[in-house]
Formats: sequence, C-alpha cells, structure tokens
Amino acid sequence: MAEENDHEVRIHESRRRFLIGSALAGAAPLLPGDAGAQADRSTPVPEAAGPAGIALQVNGRTHRLEMDARTTLLDALREHIGLTGAKKGCDHGQCGACTVLVDGRRELSCLTLAVSVGEREVTTIEGLAEPGGDLHPMQQAFIDRDAFQCGYCTPGQILSAIGCVREGHAATPEAIREYMSGNICRCAAYPNIVAAVMQARDQVEGG
Amino acid sequence: MRPFHYSRPSSLAEALIDMRDALAAEPNSSAAFLAGGTTQLDLMKLEVSRPDRLVDLNALRGEAGHIRWDGTSLRLGAFARMAEAADHPDVRARAPMIAQSLSLAASAQLRNMATLGGNVLQRTRCAYFRDTSWSACNKRVPGSGCAALDGVNRAHAVLGTSDHCIATYPGDFAQALLALDASVVIAGPGGGRTIPFARLHRAPGTTPHLETSLRPGEIIAEFIVPAGGWFRRSLYLKVRDRQSYEFAVASAAVALDLEGDTVREARVALGGVATVPWRAREAEALLRGRKLTEEAARAAAQAAFTEAAPHAHNAFKVELGQETLVRALLQLATMETPR
Repeated sequence: MAEENDHEVRIHESRRRFLIGSALAGAAPLLPGDAGAQADRSTPVPEAAGPAGIALQVNGRTHRLEMDARTTLLDALREHIGLTGAKKGCDHGQCGACTVLVDGRRELSCLTLAVSVGEREVTTIEGLAEPGGDLHPMQQAFIDRDAFQCGYCTPGQILSAIGCVREGHAATPEAIREYMSGNICRCAAYPNIVAAVMQARDQVEGG
Repeated sequence: MRPFHYSRPSSLAEALIDMRDALAAEPNSSAAFLAGGTTQLDLMKLEVSRPDRLVDLNALRGEAGHIRWDGTSLRLGAFARMAEAADHPDVRARAPMIAQSLSLAASAQLRNMATLGGNVLQRTRCAYFRDTSWSACNKRVPGSGCAALDGVNRAHAVLGTSDHCIATYPGDFAQALLALDASVVIAGPGGGRTIPFARLHRAPGTTPHLETSLRPGEIIAEFIVPAGGWFRRSLYLKVRDRQSYEFAVASAAVALDLEGDTVREARVALGGVATVPWRAREAEALLRGRKLTEEAARAAAQAAFTEAAPHAHNAFKVELGQETLVRALLQLATMETPR
C-alpha cells in the first residue's frame, strides 16, 4: 500500500489502525476509542483526507503521484519515487540530512509537504552528476577531501554546500562553518567538509 | 500526523475566504494556515498541533514577499523568507539589528523556508509543551497545569511569567521589531487592520494558550518599521549554548541614538529570558539623557530585570541577561556608523 510510508509506519501503535483505515477508505470515521491523549481538543476528522494527485518536478523529470496529503517531500522522494539519496535523520528539521534544493535553494524536505511544492523544481543528490557520469564539483571535492566517514549526512551536506556557495556565504572558513551549521555530522567530519566547500567554491555555478 | 483537509488558495483574498468558510462551517475548527511549515509541520508530527484543515499559503509567495524602503520606513512583506530579509542590502545597511536577528536564527535551510510572518508566530520550545506524554501543559491543554514550574526549567523564562506558564518565547526577529516600534499590518476576512507589534503577543497570565491578539482567520501581511535616529546604531546580541543554530539563552536587541557620548534615545528588547518578546522600557528610561558609561549600562541592565522571577534552574538567566545587555550597550557605544 503506497500510503503506508515511512513516517506513518513510525507512528505509534495506537494510531496505526486509524491511519491504515484512513489510507484505505479515504473517507475515514474517527474510532471513538481512538481519540488520543488529549480529550480537550477533539479534532473533528475530515470527511475526505484521501489521496491527492500531484505532479512533482524532480531532477528534470515530472513524476505524477497519488499520495496522502500528509506525505512530506522527503517521504515522496524516498518511498514513492524511489530516490533514497535524501536521508531521514531527525524528521523534525534539526539535522539537515534531508536537505534538497528547491528552485535552487536549500530547503528541508522533511518539513515540506509534497502537495505544497507545486511547480517548483526539486534537485536531490541523484540529480547532481552529469548524464555522462562526471561528478558535480562539490561531490568530487567531498571525495578529494575525505569529507565524510559513515556518509549518512553527506547528501544533505553536499546539497547544503552548493546552496551555501550560491548564496555567497562561503568566502571564509568561518562563514562556511556558520552557514553550514544546519547540517549535523555525528562523525564530526567538519574540518574536511569545510575544506571540501573551499575546494569546490570557485567551480560551483553562481559561486 | 492526523489527517486534514488541504487547500491551496492562489491569492490572499481566496485564502481568507477559505479560512472564513472553514470557521463558519465548524466554529470549533482547529483549521490552521501553512506558510513555511517549519513550526507547523514539526508540531503536527508531534501531534501538539492537530489541525482539521490546512490552508496552504505557499502559492502566495509573490503577493506579500516584498522588502523595500519607502523613504521613511522599512516595509517587510510577511511572506518574504527570513533569508531574503537577512541578506537584503536595505535591511543590512539601514537597520543592522533586523538583519542580525534573522541571520543568527535557525539554520540556512530553515531561513530559506520560514516566512517573516510565521517566524514571529513560532511556538515555544518548552519540552513539556512539545511532548504530549506530559499531561500538564496549560498552553497545550488549558487548565491542565504546568509541568515546567517544578520540572527542568533551565531554559524557561524569568520575565513575564505567571503561575500558569513560564515557557520562553523562542524567536529573535520579534525582539528587533519590538525594539524598533514596528507595526503589523493584518489581513482578515472583515478587512485589514494595523496594530503596534507590541500588541501582537500576549503574556501568558491565566490563559497561556492564547498567544497572540490575532483573531480567527486573520493573516499577518506586512511589518512596517519606522526609521529613527537609532536605526543604524543597532545590534542584536545572542548568547547561546552552542555557537550557531541554537535558540537564545539570553539576547538583547538594542538601538541607540547618541549625541557625542550622551544617549538621546535608547530602544531595548530582550529575548531568551521572557515569555513574550520583552521591551525593557525601564532600561531605556534610565539611559535617556545619560552618558553611556559602563556604570550607566549596568544600572539599565539591573532595572530591566527588577521584576525577574526565577525558578529552580534558571536563576542564572538574570545575571546572564544583564551581562548580555551591558555588552550590547557598550558594543554600540563604540560602533562606527555611516552618516
């Protein structure tokens, strides 16, 4: 079932029955025993929270998708389109692992609803290399400078670094540290990440 | 995340109608607007926010996303992104405090997403508010109590608190708007109105769940920041637990109009230490007409915290908040400003 994506599955068990019902039926009645912990704000359940049809522009291609309106851009990329380069770290906009470019600007795909993206063009790590296979200068710089260990944060770091350069915030190591602070690296590869951004800076378009 | 109705109006007028209709159909509706989403979607994932309807304002980017100088005021469209305002040459040159308050906030990605209007409406980071497994939170569940009063309250407020809530207002930009006597242009289903920024946020009192004076269905459209002699000699000083990408433990938005070394006018607002963006008028009054010495700065800082009411873990914020203000004042005293 397409709608049972990552974040829905992660929701704790008491919610799960309802969510699956919602995805299957589209028109979902609220089960009386399932009103949640907060009886004060009993949320009336929408009579039609079913799948929405959207067209997402990703890496130069248009993807027509049917998905629950709750689906984040991150889940749409990973679970619906199959582009798993953008990573799910905290899923709350605190770690930067899900960073993608939206109309050329770095944004967090975990705090973006897929239905809200509209006509804007999304670029993920999969869309950076040339069709012939030549890596983007920032990708090459991360390899040259050994700017990662486990690699989980790396796609987000690379897209964020491209945004950082395009914004004109990569003039000094201090500026890079400040303007890359939204990308956490638990392996602490930070010194090498700064070196990689410095190396690729002059080759990045608009930088 | 709970299911919700989703709509994506293509104009501000249409958005107001969408919301008006939703509220008319269901008076207790929990319908919400969606702008940058950086607070709203976060809280929806936590189920702290459970809107039955989401009116998405992201098709309106072009409509109120302006940043311009009109000859007497900076006009900041509510749909401009934080990064756009932070990097705008007019904002940086004319009122450095505003640019700094934005660029020292959040991360580059969040600043590319979050709107100025949404930024001032961001919700507290109080852990008891954000985690629904705590049953006591008057802000989340009115009348349920406050787990922070006897809980871990190192991050909580010392100014503007009540017996019902001590949650800190987390933002930075709001302190700059408050200090600079900005006003807020509000669009609503019944027409527009303009209020002083100082009246936008409500201290918790006995109703901490009521955070602003916005009426149901209203949208912030613009901030108007009138220029004054203090515009250029202004700064936002933010003290944090880590150097970047962190909320303020204490901050000061300060603007000075100096004649020689005497203070003609002072504008002071404090962040990280209060339940709402906090204007320190006592400090301003003490500075006015005095020479800006360290002694004067300390007297002003002391006055700003006279009413402070610390709890078990946050008493340090009184001294830290005072030192932050002193440092900001002394830094401004020596700042070179173009004339």
